[in-house]
Amino acid sequence: MTMTTKPGAEPDYADLPALLNRMAGDEKHSPAAHSTLDVLWVLYDRVLAVNPHNTADPERDRFLLSKGHGPMAYYAVLAAKGFFDPDLLHGWGEFDSPLGFHPDRTLVPGVEIGSGSLGHGLPLALGTVLGLRARGHTHPRVVVLVGDAELEEGSNHEAIALAGRLGLGQLTTVVVDNSSSTHGWPGGIGERFAGEGWRQRTVDGRDHDALRKALTDTRTDRPLAVVAHVTERGVLA
Amino acid sequence: MTALATTTMPAAGMREVFTDTMSTALDADPRAAVVLAEISADRFTEAARRHPDRVINVGIREQAMIGVAGGLALAGMRPVVHTITPFLVERPFEQIKLDLAHQGAGAVLVSTGASYDYPAAGRTHMAPGDVALLDTLPGWTVHVPGHPAEVPAMLNSALATDEPVYIRLSDRGNAEPLAEGPKFRPVRHGRHGVVVAVGPTLRPVLAATATLDVTVLYAPTIRPFDSAGLRAAVSAASPDVVLVEPYLRGTSTHVVSDVLSDLPHRVHALGVRRDAELRAYGTAEQHEAAHGLGPTGIAASLRQFLE
Repeated sequence: MTMTTKPGAEPDYADLPALLNRMAGDEKHSPAAHSTLDVLWVLYDRVLAVNPHNTADPERDRFLLSKGHGPMAYYAVLAAKGFFDPDLLHGWGEFDSPLGFHPDRTLVPGVEIGSGSLGHGLPLALGTVLGLRARGHTHPRVVVLVGDAELEEGSNHEAIALAGRLGLGQLTTVVVDNSSSTHGWPGGIGERFAGEGWRQRTVDGRDHDALRKALTDTRTDRPLAVVAHVTERGVLA
Repeated sequence: MTALATTTMPAAGMREVFTDTMSTALDADPRAAVVLAEISADRFTEAARRHPDRVINVGIREQAMIGVAGGLALAGMRPVVHTITPFLVERPFEQIKLDLAHQGAGAVLVSTGASYDYPAAGRTHMAPGDVALLDTLPGWTVHVPGHPAEVPAMLNSALATDEPVYIRLSDRGNAEPLAEGPKFRPVRHGRHGVVVAVGPTLRPVLAATATLDVTVLYAPTIRPFDSAGLRAAVSAASPDVVLVEPYLRGTSTHVVSDVLSDLPHRVHALGVRRDAELRAYGTAEQHEAAHGLGPTGIAASLRQFLE
């Protein structure tokens, strides 16, 4: 793969555009074209205890992409982190490629859930935390990413209320807020979580240090919501 | 089998047997978990005290109920999800399709309140399309017990796997337990036709066929369909098949057609009517009669089809 870093070194954030371009043909994309790219990079590079070698370890951290549309950034980060061969990116969306326009957990190494229909990731993440807890795995984190428009689906609110009331500190929801919700969230998205008993942090979704700080600001007795604000600066959101 | 006309049930109904069996399974199997949405939560109070992490009442949140089950399965648990049929299968159907099937995650769904078990409650509490809906997804085992004593073996075999399993409990039932595993069991041998009686329909089917020269197969498990059992019965009798299902009429007609595709055959389906919504309350017996599923209705259909 063409990387800006020297051969043999692990790909860096600066290598992501090249990986994205493998999926986008000749189009040129800056990382900012993808609303989720910075959050995903910070999670996999600086927050989550998950790597290609521990994907079957019950003690690993889990990342669930609920907002399954526009998974290019996700695939690019997984490829950069070695979960699968970057050469797979070329054929994405083709009949025999494991990489679809929505990810399938049974086809892609490192992908924890198949998603695409909105509002499924948060209840799945909640159940995963409950299952880990029942099996005595009280340390792994389960981080689920949703969009601000996806949050409109009622299934999220079933899970938000329940997780808050159960005080599940292993659960984190990242809301990537690119203001795509038609009817909006008066009072702020963070307050929707706080009102249900979640700890909430609202940050600049492009600021890696701020994201890392917010995403690691957990407590054992309350789930964490991180609202990551991003503005669209490209064609792909 | 005798005394077919009575409608009294054994002291412990299927729901009680399920909750008892499940509570015992929670003690024995650390992977087992129950997910509830208020319904039957009062029957798991003791089990919840012993296993607070594995008896999960999500409140009246049926989408989260299935999503949580999917997450439990992904974390290595064996979730059993239980509520009233329409709220288990219909309301969160996309969650069943995506949070279970598409994830490759199994669960055991145990419904209570089959078809017209709650006649006075009306349409909101009836889901006769449950088996037909699950039939749109691959790989589901569907048990339709006809007697409470058949429930423990079905539940325990389901708990021993990671596969998707549906157990359809009903207040209707047969006089005695007859299931011997998932295969169809011949309970009457004849020459002029084969009647497949699914789950609790065996009671009226036996009454309706008392004087007819037909084979009666008892089907306590309808998916996977016992193709070999049907073919054997047809070759010993005749390729005239009557399906009697306690849910949506014709749910298994396509399977019979596939199984007998190399034989000239006829198939007639009885079940809950699909041509109109029955807007009536009253008793289960009245609904059974209205759908042609009582002894009189079944007998009339059989005479018309077989003669």
